[in-house]
Amino acid sequence: MKPLVQATPSGLFCPPGDFYIDPLRPVNRAVITHAHADHARAGSTSYLCAREGMALLQARLGPDARIETLAYGEKTTRQGVGLSLHPAGHIRGSAQVRIEHRGYVTVVSGDYKTAADPTCTPLDPQRCNTFISESTFGLPIFKWPAADSIMASIEDWWRENRDQGRTSILFAYALGKAQRILAGLDPDGGPILCHGAVARINRIYRGAGVHLPETIHVDDIQDKALWRSALVIAPPSADHPAWMRRFPQRSRAFASGWMRIRGHRRRRAVDRGFIISDHSDWEGLMATVAASGAESIGVTHGYRAEMVRWLQEQGYEAEALDTVDRTGDEER
Amino acid sequence: MKAFAALYRRLDATTSTNRKVAAMADYFERTPAADAIWAISFLIGRRPRRVVPTRQLMAWAGARAEVPEWLFEASYDVVGDLAETITLLLPPPTRVSDRPLHVWVSRELLPLKDMALEARQQAILDAWDRMDVAQRFVWNKLITGGFRVGVSRRLVVRALARLSGIDAAVITHRLMGDWTPTADTYRRLLAADTTDADTSRPYPFFLASPLEQPPEALGSRDDWQVEWKWDGIRGQVIQRREQIFIWSRGEELVTDKYPELAAAAAALPDGTVLDGEILPWRNGRPLPFGALQRRIGRKSVGRKLLKEVPVAFLAYDLLECGGRDRRSDALAQRREAMARLLDRAADDRLVLSPTIDAPDWKTLATRHAESRRRGVEGFVLKRLSSPYGVGRRRGDWWKWKIDPLTVDAVLIYAQRGHGRRAGLYTDYTFAVRQGEGLVPFAKAYSGLSDAEIREVDRFIQRNTRERFGPVRAVRPELVFEIAFEGIRASTRHKSGVAVRFPRILRWRRDKTVAAADTLDALQALLTTPGHEPGS
Repeated sequence: MKPLVQATPSGLFCPPGDFYIDPLRPVNRAVITHAHADHARAGSTSYLCAREGMALLQARLGPDARIETLAYGEKTTRQGVGLSLHPAGHIRGSAQVRIEHRGYVTVVSGDYKTAADPTCTPLDPQRCNTFISESTFGLPIFKWPAADSIMASIEDWWRENRDQGRTSILFAYALGKAQRILAGLDPDGGPILCHGAVARINRIYRGAGVHLPETIHVDDIQDKALWRSALVIAPPSADHPAWMRRFPQRSRAFASGWMRIRGHRRRRAVDRGFIISDHSDWEGLMATVAASGAESIGVTHGYRAEMVRWLQEQGYEAEALDTVDRTGDEER
Repeated sequence: MKAFAALYRRLDATTSTNRKVAAMADYFERTPAADAIWAISFLIGRRPRRVVPTRQLMAWAGARAEVPEWLFEASYDVVGDLAETITLLLPPPTRVSDRPLHVWVSRELLPLKDMALEARQQAILDAWDRMDVAQRFVWNKLITGGFRVGVSRRLVVRALARLSGIDAAVITHRLMGDWTPTADTYRRLLAADTTDADTSRPYPFFLASPLEQPPEALGSRDDWQVEWKWDGIRGQVIQRREQIFIWSRGEELVTDKYPELAAAAAALPDGTVLDGEILPWRNGRPLPFGALQRRIGRKSVGRKLLKEVPVAFLAYDLLECGGRDRRSDALAQRREAMARLLDRAADDRLVLSPTIDAPDWKTLATRHAESRRRGVEGFVLKRLSSPYGVGRRRGDWWKWKIDPLTVDAVLIYAQRGHGRRAGLYTDYTFAVRQGEGLVPFAKAYSGLSDAEIREVDRFIQRNTRERFGPVRAVRPELVFEIAFEGIRASTRHKSGVAVRFPRILRWRRDKTVAAADTLDALQALLTTPGHEPGS
């Protein structure tokens, strides 16, 4: 039997259903797992995503994009192929794509995490015949510490800086990571400032009823004395002198799974690295693969070759699917 | 050990030298002498020898973490640091020990080297199981002999000086030579009576700045002394109270490494300090720098090495004479006094650095072109009326260096870097054209900006043609200008040449592979005044 999902130059393609998942180039019908830039690209004729992620995708693609939605678990068909979206726990609205054709089920994971996240619906593993998993952190060196211990160390760092009169600047990806961190912060810890890119996404999250502590747009600050006690959340792209010079006394930190590796932290030349990721660590990946009950595993972006070999040694039928280059990876 | 691991973290977490010094001063203040002295010992780089072969350590850690060898290697490739890879892979400890650093060192670390293999394995597994992540990392650095934390000896000294109020030079001196890390040593290190240090104390070195304008801009030729710029180790030779001290510019006391110089210096009068260059030297000319490297690495020097790589001290300047500091005298006077002194000492291992006689700048430029053939790096120009300054102050001393040799070469292999560059492809192999093919001739790691490195990394990820373990063969497309200091014939290299200190000068985005240099062009550099003497 031909595989239900194939890797093509335009991305993952389902031939019998005639749709692409997170296509790399404009196509007719695109199913989008989540609204990060390396998964949701503009230019396709029509889009389908999870309802929870609709507003985020519309914001990414612009008001003219034609987007249909499905509630998590709701079923639809495309040319006789069953299609449904299930929570992936990566960011708000992120989905796994479940495809069923003639009794055979393939699930494409998109990006996912097993760890808890107050800003989105948690991962709901699906039973299937073929599971196509991401592998961004597919090496056993990646083990995430408990999220509350990381949140506690972020607050310790903030407190220490505040005592020294330094602004705490935390770089985090504007969509998902920033809100997850915000949701975990003590609202009485001091003023929380957000870069414009983060503030934009906050509005969408709040509009959907996600509770975030009060934040102030960096440009709206009049009282400069506030800066010295503030925590600033900004995307990594803001880490350049033109934007940073407004905070003369500062400590810089970066929140990412890559901070698990000392060399990555040192390369960023930040004072602190907080290991907090919206992807699964090695154990999370393995647990999710096992929970799928699939006998056949496809592995996309990340440490494909390594994860494939490991799964093969564990008795799975596994292959690498060459889809995405890593350059747009949200975590980098 | 917890406190030391915490110090390591603090040092590692900042790039500011001030914060590093503050972290160390803070640690020393709160740490008992018995621990502090071990911390100093490790921080200034007196690290213990590696006690376990890497392979074995990898195997033990892999087995403990239930990770097969290939996966360990793949992880190591991404992390770029063995001690860290082990730390990240091991399962969490079952109990965490509160033992102080000196107990860890004396009861756990030092005994390892005399243990049988099996006992050693047991001891290390047991140690891993009693440490949190921070301690494990430091421990692994210690047992792999790779303990480094980005603080120099100078910074450690600054922290101790700040803490104790004792002059940094005194502490530097006290940290020299052989000492055992005991609580007593620590107390002596910070003792208030400082007469002990005065005898050996060197002067701060004066350094030349690069000449960025034509030499004519310096005014009259007659105001300047011109010497060859020797490629050795800058040092000071001190004779005070019948004791000899040889210091390198790295503030390292190297007297024992150069016994022939120490013997020669004994002939100098009491109260003499010379500034100069230690060079591998035979029959009145330098040997290639590579020869000196054989001596640099050694603690003690055997008779054979002394014979194969003899050294001389090329004296540049006289800083102290008859116990008097002469640095404020004019260079011309100091040089004259030095010439007399060396003449009387009459030892061919103490050589007056020759000056170049040439009537004008134009003639000097012609002589400058001889540099490569002579095995020197160009000229140093010193104003004859100038005092001996401190540090790199522009104006009186200039180095007029020769341009490096360059070729345009093609990037063909890449490997991930280590440390700060872990995970990125930063270690490159370059090739020149030969017929239709390409011949690798040099590896280079430095010269690109961070932004360029990221761009090349992306290119490599997208254009890998083949993988050989950690090495990727990439589509030959990018051309770089590679600079190097010297070139010699080599039978050990496919290209037939070995180049010295290759680095990337710039990315030639304007050039295609077809415009890269050929092997013939590279080899032609062998016959131009390009190769090192004596090789």
